[in-house]
Amino acid sequence: MASELDSLPVIATRKDEAVGALQQMVSKGLGWARKYSLFQYPFVTACCAMEYMTVGASRYDLDRFGAALPRFSPRQADLLMVTGTVNIRQAPILRRVWESIAEPKWVVAFGVCASTGGFYDNYATLQGIDRVIPVDVYIPGCPPRPEQVLDGIILLQAKIQGQHHRLIERTALPIAGREPYER
Amino acid sequence: MAKDVIDALLARFPRIVTDAYQGPGGDDVVFVRKDQIVEVCRFLKDDPRMGFNMAPYITAVDYLGQEPRFEVVYNLYATALNHRVRLRVKVPEEDAVLASVTGLWRGADWFERYCYDMYGLRFTGHPDLRRLFMYDEFVGHPLRKDYPLRGRQPLIPEREMPEAFRGPGPAGRD
Repeated sequence: MASELDSLPVIATRKDEAVGALQQMVSKGLGWARKYSLFQYPFVTACCAMEYMTVGASRYDLDRFGAALPRFSPRQADLLMVTGTVNIRQAPILRRVWESIAEPKWVVAFGVCASTGGFYDNYATLQGIDRVIPVDVYIPGCPPRPEQVLDGIILLQAKIQGQHHRLIERTALPIAGREPYER
Repeated sequence: MAKDVIDALLARFPRIVTDAYQGPGGDDVVFVRKDQIVEVCRFLKDDPRMGFNMAPYITAVDYLGQEPRFEVVYNLYATALNHRVRLRVKVPEEDAVLASVTGLWRGADWFERYCYDMYGLRFTGHPDLRRLFMYDEFVGHPLRKDYPLRGRQPLIPEREMPEAFRGPGPAGRD
């Protein structure tokens, strides 16, 4: 259903352009700030936790990427690290933790179990956390090498830098209990 | 040492304790009739020559297609005398009810809950027979051989995903 509005040229005034340029600058700056201050909530359920500790320790040192400090309350975190197998009994808990994190938030599926269920193709295991929450970066491996995790963090930083950030978010935030993919 | 245990059991409970054999690894195994399992266990625990004060592991097996279908396996250990014995109890499917041994060993509590959760065997006299691993909404008993391998019962709505092919599962279980 084509209306006549579709054929009209988009009119942008110089004010719009100026505001757009300012917003872009603000967005870039906010993206830069946010990508280097990732406070993670470790949702650690299985053996990938050992590799997660290695990544945090001095040899690989996640602090170099500004993601050093795990927060053990989802209210203070903005990166949900799902590290390990999530079974169906835990899926509502994971969903609730994800809903508790304030916007902006990102999710990393750490290891193959969190990404796809891994070899636990059975009655008890959630076949990938992306069935219940949206995921930004998948890190494969069983468990992933620390280099892979660092690569995943760098990928996530690039993604954050490319996203659109606003000083004041006026769009409606997702409502708890609603399908997460609608946002 | 455990040879004495088997001999004492066979002498004390003829026709209840049968078919003693030595399993791989040197464990002594006997079959026990289902209705007498608590009496046999009480004898094993209370008799000073037996002294089985610990039940390190109680589990169940589903022999689908055989009759009787289930089997409950009691692994017992005497910490002071350092000997072990294994009791096998055949349980038919239509009468999958046993007497609980939680009155003898408190540690049997969760093992019996496990058997109830995974195999649907019920234990009379158990103080709190609930599911151990699975959630209350779960229907069926997942370690029964006729439960579908991928019979997942999600608690919250899940996003539809194309099913990844991971090769065939065990025959007849998908």
